[in-house]
Amino acid sequence: MPGKLKAKIVAGRHLPVMDRASDLTDAFVEVKFGNTTFKTDVCPKSLNPQWNSEWFKFEVDDEDLQDEPLQITVLDHDTYSANDAIGKVYIDIDPLLCSEAASVISGWFPIYDTIHGIRGEINVLVKVELFNDLNRFRQSSCGVKFFCTTSIPRCYHVATVHGFVEELVVNEDPEYQWIDRIRTPRASNEARQRLISLMSGELQRKIGLKVLEMGGNAVVGYLQCFDLEGESGLVVRAIGTACTLDKLSSGSVSNTNTNTHVHPTAAAAPSHLAHGCRSTHNSPVHSACNSQRLTQNFSVSVPTLIFTGMRESGEVSDRRAETVFGEEVPLFSVPPTPFRALPSSSPPPFTPSKPCSRQSSSSDTDLSLTPKTEKPLQVRHRPGIYFCPSSPTLPTDTLSFAGSDAVVCGHGSGHRITNPPLSPISYNQSDSALLRKSVSFNEDLLLAASGMGSGGSAGKEAGPLKMLLRQQTQTALEQREFPFFTLTSFPAGFLVHAGGVVSARSVKLLDRIHNPDEPETRDAWWEEIRQEIKSHAKALGCHAVVGYSESTSICEEVCILSASGTAAILNPRYMREGCLDFGNTDHRFEDPSPRSCGFCHIPYDELNMPFPAQLTLCQHCRQQKVPDVLFTTIDLPPEAAVTGKGCFVQARLCRLKKKAQGEVNATAISNLLPFMEYELHTQLMNKLKLHSMNALFGLHIQISVGENMLLGLASATGVYLTALPAPGGIQIAGKAPIDLSNEHHIFTIQKRINDTIAKNKELYQINPPELTEEVIGSPIPEPRQRSRLFRSHSESSDELSELDLSHGKKDAFVLELDDTDALEDIHSLLTDAPPPNGFFSCNTEIMPGIYKWTSAVQMFTSVRVFRLSNVNLTNQGLNKIFTDLCEDLLKSFYFKLRSLIPCCLCHLNFTVAVPEEELIQVAVTAVAMSYDKEQTHEKPVDKLIIRGNSETEEQLQFPMELCADSSSVNMQTSKFSGVPESSSISHRDGYSAILPNLIHFCFVFFVLLFFFFVSMSLLLLCMYGGVRAFVRSCVCVRVCSLAASIDYGSFADRCTTWLELLRLKAHTIRRGSVKTISSMDRCSPLPEGRSRSLRSNCSFGGSTVTVVKMTPLSFLPGTRIIKYLGIINMFFIRETTSLREEGGVSGFLHSFIAEVFAMVRAHVAALGGNAVVSYSMKECVLMENPNKNQAQCLINVSGDAVICVLDTDQEVTPTPTTVTQTCGIGAEGTA
Amino acid sequence: MSVELDVFVGNTTIMDEEVYQLWLDGYTVNDAVKVRMEGGVLEECEASADVLLSDTMDQYRTFQMCERLLHSPAKLANQLLFQIPPHRQVVLIERYYTFDDAFVREVLGKKLSKGTKKDLDDVSAKTNVTLKSCRRQFDNFKRVFKVVEELKGPLVENIRQHFLLSDKLARDYAAIVFFANNRFETGKRKLQYLTFQDFAFCAGQLINNWTVGAVDNMVEDMDVDLDKEFLQELKELKILITDKDLLDQHKSLVCTALRGKTKAFNEMEANFKVRIKSHGHHILHVLAHLLAHGHFIEPCRSDRWTTADMRLYLTHYTNSAHILDTFKHQVVWDRYMGVVKSCIFKMYHD
Repeated sequence: MPGKLKAKIVAGRHLPVMDRASDLTDAFVEVKFGNTTFKTDVCPKSLNPQWNSEWFKFEVDDEDLQDEPLQITVLDHDTYSANDAIGKVYIDIDPLLCSEAASVISGWFPIYDTIHGIRGEINVLVKVELFNDLNRFRQSSCGVKFFCTTSIPRCYHVATVHGFVEELVVNEDPEYQWIDRIRTPRASNEARQRLISLMSGELQRKIGLKVLEMGGNAVVGYLQCFDLEGESGLVVRAIGTACTLDKLSSGSVSNTNTNTHVHPTAAAAPSHLAHGCRSTHNSPVHSACNSQRLTQNFSVSVPTLIFTGMRESGEVSDRRAETVFGEEVPLFSVPPTPFRALPSSSPPPFTPSKPCSRQSSSSDTDLSLTPKTEKPLQVRHRPGIYFCPSSPTLPTDTLSFAGSDAVVCGHGSGHRITNPPLSPISYNQSDSALLRKSVSFNEDLLLAASGMGSGGSAGKEAGPLKMLLRQQTQTALEQREFPFFTLTSFPAGFLVHAGGVVSARSVKLLDRIHNPDEPETRDAWWEEIRQEIKSHAKALGCHAVVGYSESTSICEEVCILSASGTAAILNPRYMREGCLDFGNTDHRFEDPSPRSCGFCHIPYDELNMPFPAQLTLCQHCRQQKVPDVLFTTIDLPPEAAVTGKGCFVQARLCRLKKKAQGEVNATAISNLLPFMEYELHTQLMNKLKLHSMNALFGLHIQISVGENMLLGLASATGVYLTALPAPGGIQIAGKAPIDLSNEHHIFTIQKRINDTIAKNKELYQINPPELTEEVIGSPIPEPRQRSRLFRSHSESSDELSELDLSHGKKDAFVLELDDTDALEDIHSLLTDAPPPNGFFSCNTEIMPGIYKWTSAVQMFTSVRVFRLSNVNLTNQGLNKIFTDLCEDLLKSFYFKLRSLIPCCLCHLNFTVAVPEEELIQVAVTAVAMSYDKEQTHEKPVDKLIIRGNSETEEQLQFPMELCADSSSVNMQTSKFSGVPESSSISHRDGYSAILPNLIHFCFVFFVLLFFFFVSMSLLLLCMYGGVRAFVRSCVCVRVCSLAASIDYGSFADRCTTWLELLRLKAHTIRRGSVKTISSMDRCSPLPEGRSRSLRSNCSFGGSTVTVVKMTPLSFLPGTRIIKYLGIINMFFIRETTSLREEGGVSGFLHSFIAEVFAMVRAHVAALGGNAVVSYSMKECVLMENPNKNQAQCLINVSGDAVICVLDTDQEVTPTPTTVTQTCGIGAEGTA
Repeated sequence: MSVELDVFVGNTTIMDEEVYQLWLDGYTVNDAVKVRMEGGVLEECEASADVLLSDTMDQYRTFQMCERLLHSPAKLANQLLFQIPPHRQVVLIERYYTFDDAFVREVLGKKLSKGTKKDLDDVSAKTNVTLKSCRRQFDNFKRVFKVVEELKGPLVENIRQHFLLSDKLARDYAAIVFFANNRFETGKRKLQYLTFQDFAFCAGQLINNWTVGAVDNMVEDMDVDLDKEFLQELKELKILITDKDLLDQHKSLVCTALRGKTKAFNEMEANFKVRIKSHGHHILHVLAHLLAHGHFIEPCRSDRWTTADMRLYLTHYTNSAHILDTFKHQVVWDRYMGVVKSCIFKMYHD
């Protein structure tokens, strides 16, 4: 589709003085697109030139339109010497290529120079005329909309979610390419900026093509990243979720509204509450963590060798693991298969353990994948299609399948029930096929599905609904190579169950990219990781991964690739192409579990748990099993039942590492990784308990590599999910109780911990009603009588501490004080200060328990760099420094933003880096939003959220019958009662406790691991027990004892005396008529008053500058987004040779960040927008050389430009019937 | 171990008014932190000294970056670098251009030159205003002076438009510019008791009545330069003193009018000539000599005239001149006495 690009240069202002003699400037402008350049006349002697140029016309291919930015250079005319450049403006044309976005770009842009920063402004007009596309084989993808937002953009309706799209583009980095040539820094910086701009344009175009191929028209959750690999080049990669979006019409919105509010499940819930039964299950360790993977595509047959195969891409493999796991060595001695990643780093202490092998073999035999997912797999032996068609298949008896799975399921070895009818697999058969899981699954499932007839009609068959549901979904999903979704919040009903976090990391050695046009190596690396993620999700009984993201950390030639997401089961209706004609059959597969707790229910079979977890009946619906703790990378579903407020939980960790080069370095890093993951998870878990919460959302773990250390930072938002059992306390146990003072010490620590827990409960208002009748009617077998413990926790903390001390630690969540490390850990646990009064914080979009946001919003970016001058640092010392650094940052935010109190810091996004040997850099972007002090409990459902729901629900055309009115409640209950029989069928073990609901839910905290590594799970277990114990000699014994004593699950059970209040609350709210809520809200004087001030800001007459609000969230409180104008994706480099004069690095970076904000705002304003949502700073690389008085910084930011209007603006409508109606009106207004 | 870099940038620029004032007052970061700690911010917000230091540094940096814009306030409204809500912009500008009365008293009437700037450390020591703050204020004066110097139109209005200042502040600056331009020395010992506001009032009177601008409002410097023609005409007024007949006539008229109305009548009568003499004296430096040197006010003061006496006297003195048949310069007289009267009223206080 060729097009005509037109640009007009209107005027400039505030130009710098370029001619010292006259104190004036003779400015002219060059406008360049592709290879065509136009020039304006020189406007002599003016700092505010008026060019008012003609329209410069470029006739170009749409491919170029997508790739190239419009490049505007402002110069100072010089008769005798070369013209001096004043600065440049790059304008991304992309928003103009989409009919629904902006139609013209017009406004003042800052003129940016990589050395001097912003130097005046220029007023530009840009238009595009596109001709119709006649070429079927086009290379362009104009019209595909891109959104950074990781939810369905408000004001759109999603017809289909197509799935994962990814692409990467590789090039040589001009900085390095030119290093030997004579060049100015400015030239290379500008070349880099331009190149990256080009590359991201190309990337976007290619992704767009993929989306078009899939039949979609938009990419949601578009995440683009740069890897500055140094000499080996520059990689720009992106992932996203392809969707078909329709613009919402106002009419359709309004009718959905009621659904959300009068939610049937919510209404039904109270009945369960009344005679809830308390589960007393003792849950075994259930977070498996640790992942690590040392690279190599080629597997290795001989233990101990570090490199195998040809060193194509410089990947390293660490063979140590094999040596260690003696028994498994044979497994690996198979012909190299490209996608095999070998476990690299099992730490020596664990390795030769007997239990290890026992474990692995047991999981081997019970091969649990099939029963778990209940998929009727027809397993056959297939060559790996995706990976290596050429590779020989593995021997049938390989452990590899089991191994990969065992990561998840190894622990739960107690009961393995295979369900023959459901899973007609014989293990012998399966092994080899499963080796390449993704492949075989895909095809098998297809077969299976077709064999059963179309999923929809199969409902009446004996198989439980659950199975059918799964099949459907799976067929839809498994057709895709990667059933991944970068979304973190979903239309209601989309997410059925969340399994837990899956993640994978891989250490790679960078090597020169020889052929940038064929970036196969990098592709292969990511593919490997994605496969791994996929397999982990499967191991959790999930067919999809949501909240998926990828990242890298590069230090010299070593690169850690990371990917993580949340294993989930999704509602098949949205997966299928053309889901609209699904018709009535749909309802049959409606998951009867209430939406407020349904996503917590375990997705895997409780008899074949992928890891030892402690399951209890859902505290909310009493129908399904839930895990004791749930970790996810997604946002808290708006409909989730939550008790109290959420809080920001962060685990920080530093690990020293010897300086090394190449493979040695990579090996060292990969050896450290699992320990770091383990430690981080332990910290998270401890802190979660300390906050008396039971779930983490928005979990993001970053591991950053430096020359001599690794930094790990895990951030998440802790909440108390009403559906999950109450977490217990933390008990301290001394290893050497002989020492009296020690005992006293332990006692004081214990007391402090208990006090903290009590304080936190109060602070976050976690006060579920105590459950007095413990186990009445509990269908869960072997309820352990631990009522005494329950109570103890609800009573005074003094009593508690006594109890805890006297109590056997087997049942408790015990922290052992066996050495100084442990002591440090506990101290660090307690150093986290709670936010000051009036502040809350979270890293998710939604903060449970806070409603009525005002429109006061302050987005900020803060960067700190800390120099470690102390040479002899220990890990503990480092940890302390790092922790303090993060805590201090938070404290200073609270202080700075105190004028917004009461206020919540949302979407706290921490990024750590080790820019130099002794530097730690922490960058934070977040938004502070103030809320109304009067948080009426009557309406704990945020208006905004309600709206979000109702919109999205409508978008998905949720069946009305289920949620329209109270009658649906009855319907549902009857369903419940009706189904139990089928449940008993499906679960042959005869656990009467298992309710009919379709999908078991649960969560798991699950971090990826190695495919082939059967014993990894064991390893994890060990690690949970205590890395500290390594020193001890007897590993086996250690493993066992630790497994017993360190038991998160049991801990949780121990002190669950609390019931959830929130559910009740939620009901009241939801029952309350929507109308009243909405009208009340809109009439409430305070928000209105505040928003008025916002309006006045926006309409500030005296200034020509539009106020542009920015937020990392997908919405702005108090406003509605009425139009998305396009994606903002900008990359800037700034360099200075006068660092001191600019106020040192702080001054330099301060002004640079301010400049970046200014440029983002200017571009948004030029598109006609007044806000940026989903803003994020992806990259902030600062390099300094104070001796030379120089510094350089690169920043990459992105977001969605939008137009939003105040909610109050719709008050024109005299009849405020429903919230959504007003929405609709607004949308209409803009349409 | 040290924090190498520490920045915080808000989309909306965050500015604490208290810190801004400390910055304007020329406090160093450390001193500002001390002041803030004493102010009790820490207790309010559960913060530590480090936090306070970091916040103060950050704000100082922000202000420094903003300072360039504050030099031409009109830019602040349409620059893109900082997103500052309009009401905040107003506060920023107003505060930036606000000056210390003590400081301005020292500088008023001096030439705004480099030499004066060099002596600011003395001024700083004398007034207890930090040198940094003195320099900022001095530069503000100079900047305003330079910009306004070459502009046509009313002085106050020009200042208000170019520097977006409040009316009050714009008037004060007009006074400063006026004094600096005419170099009326205000540092004389006898004038020490006068505040800047007294002078500002007088300057306002002069600007409104005696400058070129009072006659023609489209001339450069119209409000800064006194109306030369008027000054020439003033010489004609000397006749009131030099002409013995007129003087006597005038005196008797005034005395008749005042007799019995004021306690200070006798002293006044005795000193009439002396007082009046000063009018004609060196007419070009009216203020400096008539008002400033205190030839008029000083004697009255020593005679303990009340303000009411003064008013009464001046009113009659002015009015009586109209009755004199031989006195032909009524218009000039009014223009002259109107200003003198109001200035004296203003300055005649304790």
